[in-house]
Amino acid sequence: METTLIVGACQAGVQLAATLRDLGDTDPIVMIGEEAHRPYQRPPLSKGWLKGELEPDDVVLRTRQWFADREIALIAGDRVVTIHRESNGTGIAQTLGGRQIAFTRLALTTGAAVRRLALPGTDYRGVHYLRDADDAIALGPALAEPGAERVVVIGGGFIGLEAASAARQLGKHVTIVEGTGRLIGRVVAEPTSDFYLAAHRRRGTEVLLGARLARILGEDASAAGRRGSVTGVELEDGRVIPADLVVIGIGVLPRVELAVQLGLEVAGGIVVDEACRTSDGRTVAAGDCAIMPNPYPAGVGGMVRIESVNNALEQAKVAAATLLGRDAAYVSVPWFWSDQADLKLQIAGLSTGYDDVVVRGDPDAEKFAVLYYRDGRLIAADCVNQPAEFLAIKQALSKGKTIPSLAAADTGVPLKQSVVDAPVALAS
Amino acid sequence: MSTVVYTADDGSVTTIEGRPGDSVMEPAVRNGVPGIVGECGGSLSCATCHVFVAPETQALVGGPGDLEDEMLDGTAVDRRDNSRLSCQITLADGCEYHVTTPSGQL
Repeated sequence: METTLIVGACQAGVQLAATLRDLGDTDPIVMIGEEAHRPYQRPPLSKGWLKGELEPDDVVLRTRQWFADREIALIAGDRVVTIHRESNGTGIAQTLGGRQIAFTRLALTTGAAVRRLALPGTDYRGVHYLRDADDAIALGPALAEPGAERVVVIGGGFIGLEAASAARQLGKHVTIVEGTGRLIGRVVAEPTSDFYLAAHRRRGTEVLLGARLARILGEDASAAGRRGSVTGVELEDGRVIPADLVVIGIGVLPRVELAVQLGLEVAGGIVVDEACRTSDGRTVAAGDCAIMPNPYPAGVGGMVRIESVNNALEQAKVAAATLLGRDAAYVSVPWFWSDQADLKLQIAGLSTGYDDVVVRGDPDAEKFAVLYYRDGRLIAADCVNQPAEFLAIKQALSKGKTIPSLAAADTGVPLKQSVVDAPVALAS
Repeated sequence: MSTVVYTADDGSVTTIEGRPGDSVMEPAVRNGVPGIVGECGGSLSCATCHVFVAPETQALVGGPGDLEDEMLDGTAVDRRDNSRLSCQITLADGCEYHVTTPSGQL
């Protein structure tokens, strides 16, 4: 009999367990997560949750009954600190809480940890990060407080922009402080960055680009030792932006500690192949913690680590099949979404290595798409308030098809009608 | 509470109690009902919670909104007149809902 240990109890871990059962595995499965909560969805934490629209049961991934019915043992609120593995593959995981969990199969779905700001002042009251349920549970009520009028968001990536949108919709005075020259610069091309800059400004949010932060300012601690409250942020050029609340969203770092301990190859994440196998050939990894060969067959090499629900689910399915000794490979088209105010962004494919972009429609009308090409072939697209176009593109990509750039620019013809076979396969 | 009766493409039936305010998609995903994926968690982004609404439920739920209508054009199994994205159907207290799930969502 085998025992599968899944380290990390979120989107990837739950899917991995679900797929093991779907594939007929009846052996014991133990899933352990360090958060005290039942496995939950992260995306709503930076969206509806902050606006007070959701309660805990709304974001739970599966009911207790689901775990019980499938005999998946869930340990919440404990953390694996060491793993010993014998050469025959069996092993024992030791937890902070004193548990010893024996296993024969091991899956790492350890996720990512929020990147901390390495500047003075992050410990003032009113300074928040946003990654886990506990972060959201703290930030939600803090935003709802009437005294929290001025909100400074540090970081113009997806988390920062979504948090800023929620705060703005709650009527706050919001300033986004971004260190680089454009918003979401790591993921999207300039037309999409420019659009989000204009769109947030149109909605009354101030956005500072190229703004280098020096420190966070606050009151002195009280005589009783109570931490002082945040009062603002100071930029390197001396400007001070007053704040009652600061939200830091500067990205995440993959959780690789256990992989390092196991001697697995780690390079910007836990290195896996297209079957989600790590370098020891038997441990699997999936989700935010894993870095894999670019899955999208468009001739772009290199390794990618993708932070998305879709990727967590797809990798988990592949990893589960691999654990059971079945042939599996990641073949789906990555996709991602972000909701900011009334703007629905849907991204299909990976734009890594693009050499041309086509803007379809008018960004000022807040309904447009940016299509990414490499060697004349469509590889990805950002779609804003264009769900039908997004689905058409995602479907075209998944079938290995393309949309000629001239046709892509013609808004008179639905994209669905412009999908054609890719002319030549790209060399890998 | 509300009741949702999900009939899969193969005819198998699952009945789940849902909380008023939940969508038809949510109890299905939380309880592992086959035939509904709901990858985006109900944010109208993925079109993987497509259902066909039974005639007796039609009056209760009405038709799709504009964005939903657009997304229904891109579902894995082609839409029909009674197609909805189940994340956009909110359960009302004391009501019973009947839906059929398509042969695939991805």
